[in-house]
Amino acid sequence: MSLLRAIAAIALFVSAMVCAAQAQADEDTLRGIIAKFALSKNYDQTEEIIVELGATGDPAVARVLNALSEGNLASRKSDKAVFIVREAGGKVALLDPLTGENVGEEAAGAMDKVKVKNSLRRLIRDVLAGLTLGSPDPQVRLNAALTMFANPDVSAIESLDAAIAEEQVASVKLAMQQARAASILISDADEAEKAEAIDLVAMRGDRDALSLLIGFSVRAEGELKEAALAAIADIESRLAVWDAAQNVWYGISLGSVLLLAAIGLAITFGVMGVINMAHGEMVMLGAYTTFTVQAVIRASFPDLFDWSLVIALPLAFLVAGTVGFLIERGVIRFLYGRPLETLLATWGVSLVLQQTVRSIYGPTNREVGNPSWMSGSFDLGQLAITWNRLWIVVFAIGVFVLLLYVFNRTSWGLHMRAVTQNRRMASSMGIRTPWVDAFTFALGSGIAGIAGVALSQVDNVSPDLGQSYIIDSFMVVVFGGVGNLWGTLVGALSLGIVNKFLEPYAGAVLGKILVLVLIILFIQKRPRGLFALRGRAVET
Amino acid sequence: MRGTHTKFASMAAAGALAAGLMFSSAAYAQDTIKVGVLHSLSGTMAISETTLKDVMLMLIEQQNAKGGLLGKQLEAVVVDPASDWPLFAEKARELISVNDVAAVFGCWTSVSRKSVLPVFEELNSLLFYPVQYEGEESQRNVFYTGAAPNQQAIPAVDYLMNEEGVERWVLAGTDYVYPQTTNKILQAYLESKGVAPEDIMINYTPFGHSDWQTIVTDIKNFGSAGMKTAVVSTINGDANVPFYKELGNQGIKAEDIPVVAFSVGEEELAGIDTGPLVGHLAAWNYFQSVENDVNAEFIEAWKAFTGPERVTNDPMEAHVIGFNMWVQAVEKAGTTDPDAVIDAIIGVSVPNLTGGYSTMMPNHHITKPVLIGEIQDDGQFEVVWETSGLVVGDEWSDYLPDSKDLIADWRAPMSCGNFNVATGKCGGKGVN
Repeated sequence: MSLLRAIAAIALFVSAMVCAAQAQADEDTLRGIIAKFALSKNYDQTEEIIVELGATGDPAVARVLNALSEGNLASRKSDKAVFIVREAGGKVALLDPLTGENVGEEAAGAMDKVKVKNSLRRLIRDVLAGLTLGSPDPQVRLNAALTMFANPDVSAIESLDAAIAEEQVASVKLAMQQARAASILISDADEAEKAEAIDLVAMRGDRDALSLLIGFSVRAEGELKEAALAAIADIESRLAVWDAAQNVWYGISLGSVLLLAAIGLAITFGVMGVINMAHGEMVMLGAYTTFTVQAVIRASFPDLFDWSLVIALPLAFLVAGTVGFLIERGVIRFLYGRPLETLLATWGVSLVLQQTVRSIYGPTNREVGNPSWMSGSFDLGQLAITWNRLWIVVFAIGVFVLLLYVFNRTSWGLHMRAVTQNRRMASSMGIRTPWVDAFTFALGSGIAGIAGVALSQVDNVSPDLGQSYIIDSFMVVVFGGVGNLWGTLVGALSLGIVNKFLEPYAGAVLGKILVLVLIILFIQKRPRGLFALRGRAVET
Repeated sequence: MRGTHTKFASMAAAGALAAGLMFSSAAYAQDTIKVGVLHSLSGTMAISETTLKDVMLMLIEQQNAKGGLLGKQLEAVVVDPASDWPLFAEKARELISVNDVAAVFGCWTSVSRKSVLPVFEELNSLLFYPVQYEGEESQRNVFYTGAAPNQQAIPAVDYLMNEEGVERWVLAGTDYVYPQTTNKILQAYLESKGVAPEDIMINYTPFGHSDWQTIVTDIKNFGSAGMKTAVVSTINGDANVPFYKELGNQGIKAEDIPVVAFSVGEEELAGIDTGPLVGHLAAWNYFQSVENDVNAEFIEAWKAFTGPERVTNDPMEAHVIGFNMWVQAVEKAGTTDPDAVIDAIIGVSVPNLTGGYSTMMPNHHITKPVLIGEIQDDGQFEVVWETSGLVVGDEWSDYLPDSKDLIADWRAPMSCGNFNVATGKCGGKGVN
């Protein structure tokens, strides 16, 4: 590693010198070096070529190095010519390594990939950081500065000085100054400059800055050491607040997953009183619907991939709702008022559904891709918030509001409530109670189906998907109070948050046990859960 | 795609039917040699074990096409222990005493193996166990064709230490016997290499853990201390998909914090978009991407037998090796009698799929090469490092205080699975 770093340092140094002179290596030289990739037999040789390319100091090598890092550089077997390759329908398109122009295509088998591994990717990143400080794209310059902050290097100070002098964008300039400060801290600059550097680094307030300052404070003496220690204490206290905020966010995020899994059950179990062990399988059916939709889209309409989840939502609702409807008409309606038989029958149904899916789709996991708007994360202060979790929280709230509306503001919701509160009275008023039962069950199942669409984004899509959620779902509904949607919401969120605050101290295994124990104790105290129903409905 | 599913379904049905028929016609089938296949076809482990059942059916079909064994045809007896550990013992008993099989190929989890051990000992039959495991065991009736910790975990850690310069370690695993024992061995090994205890973080999660936000953040924070950090993952099966998804989404790149996994193969990656995971590592003794004629032939046969989108993996290779070893040993002994086969199989060498030979050692473990592969965006691995020669499986770890003096040697006259070289007696820890 130290060898690599030394090589990278030399590359950076040389590139800085060359950049300063505004010299550009001529194209033939570059092509000559790039051609060597075809002859490289092992990683060490590839490494030498990368260093040589970096040493030319020409930003034009960024394209070929990026391609190598992504594994898209290959040589043609017949004449050992090196190209950037891009797959296009069974064949590969060949792009010129310097200009990126399309220069032809080849069969996939005719190309030899230039192999790359982690240490080479790291080297490329370091080399590129030095070369791309002067890039016209501010985002590239920012990334270069951030990479240089993470790998402080005394020899980079000069090139950073030059870049800072020309930089126009304030945020990029700050990042460059901080990268420079990080390098100053390990250099033998004078005390005043280092004191200034400590302030600059401390401004970032994140863990990278913290570890840099801790490393510095061990070596420093006198006033500098005190300044560093003060900065460390300051960052640590700020991070503690962020950690708490992070736990709350993770708790909300876990709670929203629990809410999605449980909310369908809140209808079938909470409102109708059916102990539905096949609830998890409805979630699974929703997830497999998503997989099927994506498979069709991948095969026939690749442009629509980002819309796949939106298309899958109504389909998942229909598929799971229909299956739910059939289960109610075929099995459950004969068993009302016999909880034990219902439990066994629905458990049997769940096994049948699992094995059916296993026979159709196979026992292995199926890949459900994240659309681009659900991939990656963004930073909010010191919090890294992932897009898929954020969208799931939004989605869970949306589903909840929709259900509240259906229950409280539509005539169908009124019928449902009437039937569950007093079946005979509702029947006397002319409501066809058997159909209301069937559609309520179908609604609960359909909601579980659309929960499956969301859960396919964070979990396995396998025939066992439902099993892992069934216990959590019952826990949420019982804890929140049977028959109350608000109870399910509050129950899911509080279980999520309690879980996430316990986890850092107790670990994931013990945390889960503690939560279960807490719920048991709670149910002893309040057998009807958080929000108990009152009035005549309870007795019937 | 459709064709595959129906084929698969009909095959499964045929398997089940065959198992049923066998049961009733056991008395008449004197002209075949029966081979038991003890893999879960339902329940949580079906995801991994169904493939191994398929590979056994393929191997038996191939052997029959070559003329069978000792002039008789082989016949597969497939049972489904349904991922239920006590049921494994029951089904093993049924295979041996009711169906009278000559050998059994099966089990995946360590707990299922432990559950059948007494049965094989009592009824004196043979078990070929194809999965990498925690070691600390050697039994007369069992042949371990998967990797022992020194054939997978220790070389992987060596690679990270020497090639990637890792100084800080996260040992993350699922909470059961294999990860716990492996991590204990790794911790002792790392400390013997001078790693400070505060630079090792150990984390366990329940089976099927799906919410990895906190743990991935912890790993990120642990890795931001200015020292190169890596994660050694013994996370099992299903929990891997959400783990890798969270890693990808939180932007942990392999260049910064590489994750090396011992339970993630081609089959597991089939359920994940591997784009964000390029560069993370796995240590195995076989990868589908290994280029040589034997492997190309095997992959072609496998795809023809199951379906064009199916992948091959390490435990499948272990079954190929184990099955071929058993066939050779039976031919050498001239009988399927377990005692004769146990004597004959030691020293038997068969080609493995990575271009070399694997040999059955006296401790009932085999020699294997160790490969480190990086995940590629097509869901395959690219080998970035391999051991220069074959590694002999070490059943009793040299890094644990109470097993470092133990060895196993099943040749006469020693014939002992836990011989203590310090006291010179057979017996000690782990009576299995």
